[in-house]
This record gives sequence, structure tokens and C-alpha cells, in this order.
Amino acid sequence: MGKKYEGESPNTLSEDLLEGDPALPATAVNEAREAEDAKWTPAKIGLWVGIALLGGVAWFMLAIVRGETVNAIWFVFASVCTYLIGYRFYSKVIERYITRPNDRRATPAEYKADGKDYVRTDRNVLFGHHFAAIAGAGPLVGPVIAAQMGYLPGTIWIIIGVVLAGAVQDYLVLFFSMRRGGRSLGQMAREELGVIGGTAALVATLLIMVIIVAILALVVVNALGESPWGVFSVGMTIPIALFMGVYLRFIRPGKVLEVSIIGFVLLMAAIIGGGAVAGTEWGAAFFHLDKVTIAWGLIVYGFIAAILPVWLLLAPRDYLSTFMKIGVIVMLALAIIVVRPEITVPAFSEFASRDNGPVFSGALFPFLFVTIACGALSGFHALIASGTTPKLIEKERQTRLIGYGGMLMESFVAIMALVAAISIDRGLYFAMNSPAALTGGTVETAAAWVNSLGLSGVNLTPDFLAQAAANVGEESIVSRTGGAPTLAVGLAHIMQQFIGGTSMMAFWYHFAIMFEALFILTAVDAGTRVARFMLQDSIGNFVPKFKEASWRPGAWLCTAVMVGAWGAVLLMGVTDPLGGINTLFPLFGIANQLLAAIALAVCMAIAAKRGSFKYIWIVAAPLAFAAVVTITASFHKIFSPVPAVGYFANNAAFSKALEDGKTSFGTAKTVTAMEAVVRNTTVQGWLSVIFVTLSIIVIITAVRATVKAFRNAASGIPNKDHEDQASASRVYAPAGLIPTPSERALMAEWNKLPADKRLERSGHH
Amino acid sequence: MNGVKAGFRGFAQYLGALVGADAYRKYLEHHAASGHDGPPLSEREFWRDRTDRQDNNPQGRCC
Repeated sequence: MGKKYEGESPNTLSEDLLEGDPALPATAVNEAREAEDAKWTPAKIGLWVGIALLGGVAWFMLAIVRGETVNAIWFVFASVCTYLIGYRFYSKVIERYITRPNDRRATPAEYKADGKDYVRTDRNVLFGHHFAAIAGAGPLVGPVIAAQMGYLPGTIWIIIGVVLAGAVQDYLVLFFSMRRGGRSLGQMAREELGVIGGTAALVATLLIMVIIVAILALVVVNALGESPWGVFSVGMTIPIALFMGVYLRFIRPGKVLEVSIIGFVLLMAAIIGGGAVAGTEWGAAFFHLDKVTIAWGLIVYGFIAAILPVWLLLAPRDYLSTFMKIGVIVMLALAIIVVRPEITVPAFSEFASRDNGPVFSGALFPFLFVTIACGALSGFHALIASGTTPKLIEKERQTRLIGYGGMLMESFVAIMALVAAISIDRGLYFAMNSPAALTGGTVETAAAWVNSLGLSGVNLTPDFLAQAAANVGEESIVSRTGGAPTLAVGLAHIMQQFIGGTSMMAFWYHFAIMFEALFILTAVDAGTRVARFMLQDSIGNFVPKFKEASWRPGAWLCTAVMVGAWGAVLLMGVTDPLGGINTLFPLFGIANQLLAAIALAVCMAIAAKRGSFKYIWIVAAPLAFAAVVTITASFHKIFSPVPAVGYFANNAAFSKALEDGKTSFGTAKTVTAMEAVVRNTTVQGWLSVIFVTLSIIVIITAVRATVKAFRNAASGIPNKDHEDQASASRVYAPAGLIPTPSERALMAEWNKLPADKRLERSGHH
Repeated sequence: MNGVKAGFRGFAQYLGALVGADAYRKYLEHHAASGHDGPPLSEREFWRDRTDRQDNNPQGRCC
């Protein structure tokens, strides 16, 4: 670390003066020993050549070989080998030239230690914790919808995108936030970009959260609509969570693992019981709800859940959702490796070169890159990586494992979701994912419509669709849009070959619906709370009373505003005659990636101020890509003359039809439906305009901050940085998953210390 | 057999740590090491305080 970089900030210089406690062993590994460890031995070279070769063969099988089918195992090899190479080589480049962590420097978990929020956490535990916080329904849904274009575009974007963009963003935001005591993205934007850039970032974040929560909620509504089994079992999660909350608060506080196991057993009972209840006449009638009713239920639930205390509902459900998440992902990975399904979907489908696909509309560029956001590049992660995780990091160098490595894991989840979705029959895929306005909603019309698409190798019969629905215990699976039901069918299809056979398919289907609903309900609830606090904070700048979090009327009012906002978008999606997912999902992706562009812009400004000019492209390249994709997509949505793509073009077409006195137009069969289209497209269009304007403001201010930092460095003026004061660390822990020999040697030295010396002493101030 | 037992215990501990089941133990460690004057919170008080603070300091969950 002794090396000087041009334009180095004063704070970085002070790092070199950090004096460790002479009574303690070193707090960072010796660089010479480390370099010795890193020397290339023939065995290591062989290993990495092997990984590269296996990855190369896998990519060859996926991208070049055009057989009738491709085995799913190649997806696993192509992704895992690429991740390993990206992690071992590219993230090291970022570490060396952009972040430059220093283990002799204490992390916030050490210098701000309070035993509650700032707690040093074992890196492997924190890895799982961070992963559970970033991975939700997003990576499970986007790739499914994007499968419309064939498997290859999505696969390339998920794997390459994460290595060069998504994981870079997560790593940088985590590291920079850690250097600032765990400050939030909004605070960092304000500090680095000034008032205009910071305010634009804050407003954009708030709006983006509304959109994201609304569309996640839409996915749940679409999965539960007209599904008595799903409604019953997902509904049961509420009393189960309440019971767990009361148990933890009053009966056995702190026994988290115990109550989670009880909760898990109850959850399984709810899934199995759901089948029995939906099989009875009263159950089928009582829990058979249409989508609008479920949407209203979700809105009311969202409001109540966000004002209830955390211990009662949110915390216990979060435990359940974490366990389900880890369990399901491990299970799915195992099943794919064991079952190795043959994929018949073509690499590029008939829709890859068109812009009028039934699942989502728009051309491959840019819309594929916004449809798959989570799993490749997700801006929402910036909010997590600048939240809890930086306050728990033990040593600076661990940020690479947790930030970069955690995102690679999410990408792997996205790949598995893609595999699950493309392992089902192609005709079934289109019947499930196209809006009812196109399929007609019945098995006969859906089969006829799918066959009329002229897809190669697709010959769908009504009986096949009816049988597929019966297998998973549903009345119908035609036009179950949103991605979640398709993934559930895919998962059931793979899992039944692994455990249980066809008779278990209904269980696996509802198991998958249940865990997706769990993630989403947790995200909806937490998102509403976070958004409410952001709103309270913003209003508090004008009316100070609102800043008091405990002031009930303010809290309730702000919660109502946020729930009202996402509820309105949700209802818009549910009632949209064009099929809500088809029109709204691109908006979700655009919102998520505009947030990524904002986060990367902030990171670029910080990296420039730290003097990393030569390697600024590491941040600038993904930022440029995200900016081009999202701004192009927004412009398509705003200016495209094609009604299927452009919101305002569609608006104009429907307005004209209404003026001409038509009573049905396109997929809207009534005047009310036509009016709904006019209303919805206006809202969607203006939302696009607002998003893209705010993001362009943030990006411009970031570019200006970057250029200014560069000029300052050139003329010898030090750039002001906003890092916390550096202080000497008094603890040690290895950086990666597996400690290197020099790390082991240092750990052994620390283990020899008497226990009273090993614990932090400087923690309390 | 002992190896299996140890492995299972380690796995359970990891899962517990993942959701923060060891938070009270870590709090006690911190409390003992940092030389506070007063006694530490009891387990019940600690967990109440923990969830109550989350009411005013919500953590995002991702999509």
C-alpha cells in the first residue's frame, strides 16, 4: 500500500501513518508473503486453464453448436466458469486500481462498534446475509420473461453483464459506503454531486421504489388470481408470521432458529393443506378471488403491514423468507445438476428480431437488457449495499467477496430460473405468458392462437394445456403472466423428476409460488417502509415535525401516500386490457437500471476524486452501457410511433379511436377499457419522462464532478473526500472464502493471543 | 458419527448466524469488552430493543 497514486486524497495519505498496536500481531497480511502465495505454480496454472477450457467448451455448446437440443448442464458450466474467472481476475483488477482496500484501517463495525447496528460479522455469514438481502423475486422473474427471445441473448447478458457491470456496481457501492461509515446512496450522491444531483437522485430513488414495489406486487397478484390453492397457502403465511412474532417477543425471545423451524413446518402444512382446501367446494368458492380483489387486498395489507411494529410481522417473515430462499436455491441447483434437462428452445427465437413479442414488446436492443435487470445489473442493490452490510464488515478486503461475490451468486440464481423456464414446452410457455387479450383465456383459444404464431416445433393441443394445469393443481394456466407461474411450472417439472414424480408436481408448483410470494411480500413491506421514511425525511426539510419518526400522524400519512402511489400503479397493471406485465415490466427494468446508472455515476465521481483516472473505465463502461440502454429504452417508450412500444403512440391511437366513436379497439373490447388504456398510457408515459430526466441530471452532474476531479488533480489541487477519518484496526480476519497460507499464518498468531487481548477494546466512545 | 454431528451443528450455527440468532451473544461480548459501567440488557430487553429500533430504521429488501 505504500505506493503513491496521482491525485491521492489526503485521507489516503494518512492511512500510511496508521500505527498498529505493537502489543498485537499485524492487522494485515505481509505483502511480500502474500505475493509469494500468489505466485503461479504449475498446479494453479493447470487449474485455471482447466476452468477456462471447461467454460469455453460450455459457451461453445450454448452459442455455436446448433443441435436439436442443448443440455442444461452447459448453462451451469458456462456460468460458473465465467464467474470464477471474473472473480479471480477482474475483481482483483478493481481491487488493485479502484478500491485499494487497506486492512490496517478499521472498518465501521470496529471503530463505531455498538454491539447492535455496527457489529463485526464473520465474512461467510455476512456473505449469506448480504446475498439473502439482495436476491429476491427479481432474478427469478426477469429471465423467464426474457426467454421469449430464445435462451442465448438472456444467458449472455446475465453472465457477462454481472461480471462487467452488476457485480462491479455492488462492490463499489459497498466499499465506498463502508469508507463513509455506512452512509446511504442518497447521502453519498448529495455529498459527491451537490444539491441538484443529490436531490434528483433522491426523487428518482423514491419514484423508482414505487414502481418496483408495484410491479413486484403485480407479479404476486397474477400468480394468485383465480387460484384458490395459492390464495389459501400464501394467505396462511400471515397468521404463521404473526404467531412467530408473538413467540419471539413473549414466549422465547431470541430463539430464532427454533421458531423458524416451527414456521417452516407450518408453511409446508399450509401448502399441503391448500390443496385439500382448494379441493373442497366451499374452499374453492371462498378462496377463488379475481385479480382486482387480490390487488385491493394487497394494498390494504401493505398499509397495515407497514404501520405494524416490525417484530409482529416483518421480522418473522423475513426469517422464513431467508430460509426458504437459501433452501430453494440449493435445491434447484442440485436438481438441475442431477436431472440435467434437455432444452429444446432455440438460441434465438422468432421474436428475437421483432419488436412485437406477446410476452414483452420492444426490440432485443434495448428491451432485453431492461427486462433482465436483477441478475445482471440491479440498481436496487445499491440501496442494500449502502445500508446494513457496510456496517457489519469485519475487514476492508472482505468487500470483494461480499459485494462482488454476492452478486455473482444472484446471477447464478437468474441462470437457474432461465433454465427452469426454458425446460418446459415452448408452446406452453407462450400460452402462459401472453396476455388473455391475445390467448382468449381458454385452452382451446390459447392452443389455436399459439399454433398460429408459426413457432418452429410447436404444436399445442388444448388437452395438453388442460393436463398441464391439472398436474399443478390449478383450474387453468392460460395467460398466467408475470413470470412466477412459469418458473413454478418449470421448477415443478424439474423437481418431480428429482423427487416424487408427477403426483408431487402440484406440491412443487405451489411451493414455488409460495416462496416467490414470500420474497415479494417482504420486499413490498420493507420497500413501503423505506420509501415512507424517505418521504418523511424529505417533507421534514419543510415541515420539521415530519422528521420525527415516532409522530404517528406523519408516519401514517406518509405510509398512506406511498401505498397509494404503488397501489395506483398496481391497479393500473391489473386492469390494463393490454395485460399489465406486457406494458409495465419494461418500466420496472428501466427504473431499476436507471437507479444502477445513478449508483454507478456516484461511484465514478468518487473513484475520480480518489485519483483512479487511468482505470476509470472500469466504472465508466458499465455506466455508459446502462445509460445508453435505459435512455434508449425510455426514448422508445416515449417517442416510438409503434403503438405496441410507445406509450404516447398507443395513447394517441386509443384517443383517436374514442374520438371516432369506436366502441372497441385492438385488445380493448369496451369503451371503459379504451379509456383505461388512455389513462394508463398517460401515466406510464409521464413516469418514463420523469425518470429519464432525473437520471440524465444525475449522470451529467456526476460527469461534471469527474471532470472537475481530473482537472484538480492535473493542476495539483487536492480533491476533497468525504471518507470517515482513518483509524488503526485492532483485529484481523482473512479476506476470501478460503484463507491463503499467509493468512493462515497470521490467524495462528492472533489465536495465540490471550482471549482478553483479542477482543476489541477501543470500541466504546 | 461425531464428524457428522459436528458438521450438522456447524451448519445449524451458520444458518442461525445468517438471520442474526447470535446477536445477543455478540452484544454481550461487545458489552464485556468495551468496559461499560452498567449491566448489559437482559436477553428479552435486548431483542425488544432490536426489533423496536428497526421500526424507525427500516432495512430494504431487494426485488
